Amino acid sequence: MYESDELNKIGQRAKTVKRIKNAFIYFCLAMWAVIVLFPFYWMLLSSIKSYATYNSEFVPKFYASSPTLANYADAFTAVPLGRYLFNTLFFTLVTTAVMLVVITLAAFAFARLDFKGKDLVFTLFLALMMIPNELVIITNFATITSLNLRNTFTGLILPSVTSVFYIYLLKENFAGVSDDLYYASKVDGTSDLRYLLKVLIPICRPTMITIIILKVIECWNSFVWPRLITDKSDYFLVSNGIQEIRENGFGRENIPAMMAAVVVISVPLIVLFLIFHKKIMEGVASGGTKG
Amino acid sequence: MVKQSQLKGWLYLLPAILFLGAFMIYPLFDVFVYSFEEGYNFASQSYFGTGSYNYAYVLRDPYFISALKNTFIIVIITVPLSTIIALLISLGLSSIKPLKDLFQTIYFLPYVTNTLAVGLVFMILFKKTAYSDGLINMFINFFGGKSVDFITGPYWAKMFVMCFYTIWVVLPFKILILTSALASVPKVYYSAAEVDGTRSIDMFFKITLPMISPMVFYLIITGFIGAFKAYSDEVALFGTDLNSAGMNTIVGYIYDMLYGNSGGYPSYASAAAIILFAIVLTITVINLMVSRKTSIR
Repeated sequence: MYESDELNKIGQRAKTVKRIKNAFIYFCLAMWAVIVLFPFYWMLLSSIKSYATYNSEFVPKFYASSPTLANYADAFTAVPLGRYLFNTLFFTLVTTAVMLVVITLAAFAFARLDFKGKDLVFTLFLALMMIPNELVIITNFATITSLNLRNTFTGLILPSVTSVFYIYLLKENFAGVSDDLYYASKVDGTSDLRYLLKVLIPICRPTMITIIILKVIECWNSFVWPRLITDKSDYFLVSNGIQEIRENGFGRENIPAMMAAVVVISVPLIVLFLIFHKKIMEGVASGGTKG
Repeated sequence: MVKQSQLKGWLYLLPAILFLGAFMIYPLFDVFVYSFEEGYNFASQSYFGTGSYNYAYVLRDPYFISALKNTFIIVIITVPLSTIIALLISLGLSSIKPLKDLFQTIYFLPYVTNTLAVGLVFMILFKKTAYSDGLINMFINFFGGKSVDFITGPYWAKMFVMCFYTIWVVLPFKILILTSALASVPKVYYSAAEVDGTRSIDMFFKITLPMISPMVFYLIITGFIGAFKAYSDEVALFGTDLNSAGMNTIVGYIYDMLYGNSGGYPSYASAAAIILFAIVLTITVINLMVSRKTSIR
């Protein structure tokens, strides 16, 4: 009797300790969530304050007393934000589409076709993964310049339509598909290309979607190459556009309008993320690169 | 028949080989050529000698030295700090059940955002202007401190924002990787340890850490590589003229040499790029050696 009482007490104390520990963990996690989300809240908030209100608040307020959408109108009229968005969309779609064709063909060759030197070429491809972009960008800049492709979409797109990493990812996926299907389709007289299009791609759709999403994110956020290759605002992507806006857009102090532009630029990817967050996180965890 | 299938394989590979050849393999050799051509000029396409002058120039350039210093500070502060914070957050995440998915999704959000755009938000949060001291300074004042201009003020303040923003940007990836690594540790080990009455702190060092150490090392290695290439986060906070802000990085130095107001010197840019590559390679090899030694033990 006495012993079980003691045990009960110990059990209860352990429970309280655990509860306190849990509360502490939740508190810390919530704190970090606030730090992550706060900049997004602040950009939204600042974007709906009017220019006069924003500048009259020496101590910034956490709410907007008279919200306005005027800044969004400014963002699209005072600077060519629509143009930047269109450029980025076009760049993203074309780059992703061309890359898909290139990597699918290459991955298929590595996974399914037999030819001399395949293993050697594949090893070489893998070795290329270690080459940092900074090392090759100098010559690429010179190449594109000498081809007179600066300030063109061709110049923007060409160097980013291959990715050794995605070829590798897709090849592994293709190679995982049972051989029987291939031989069966061979017996039926299906050509390799038809087999690729009608059988392999549908089976490997999840991986392809992951690759597409990751590439779209990469394209939407690309900054360095577009900055080198474009100096006419007609060809700016959103990253360069926002930098341009910051340096000589609305006038240095019109922060609400700047924040409206930031919101407009951020929203497409955030929407994409909210829809596909499971897929994106799986894709990145299964071998994405650092952000 | 045999010949045809041989050809077919190469045909499928052709686009990839063409693009990689033109934009990766050829440039890889060309950058070394550039780096030894002294005084190469884009406009006249001529140079006046070959040798190691470009390297000597870059290594003596005060801008490069300051870029080197900034980059090393960023690396030394952000890599360990972000790994530790990510580990703590992941441990917290893996010990809870309700709301876990929500937290995980929120934490991953910065990964998909445009770092240049969000950098502007950080800038206005930290910046002190004539109109307002900014939100962060409001907090500092509240706790009795004096306002600091984090964007155009003293060096340590700029470095603080820089590191803070860098950690904010790199954490999503690390948290994601560590959370899935923690989830893959077999539960049996913990149950066995619990039966033995092992303290949770011992469980962490004796079970958890050894089990996830390959992933931790992976994060440290990629973290080092990423931090050495820091550039766009700096631009987001301090603008494109990083030299005058005193916040340039090695990669920033390369691009400034190549293009922009101080640009037009691909030889210097190439020399700097190769120096950066050598540094990153050395650090990576050291990391790999350390991780191998640790995991054998």
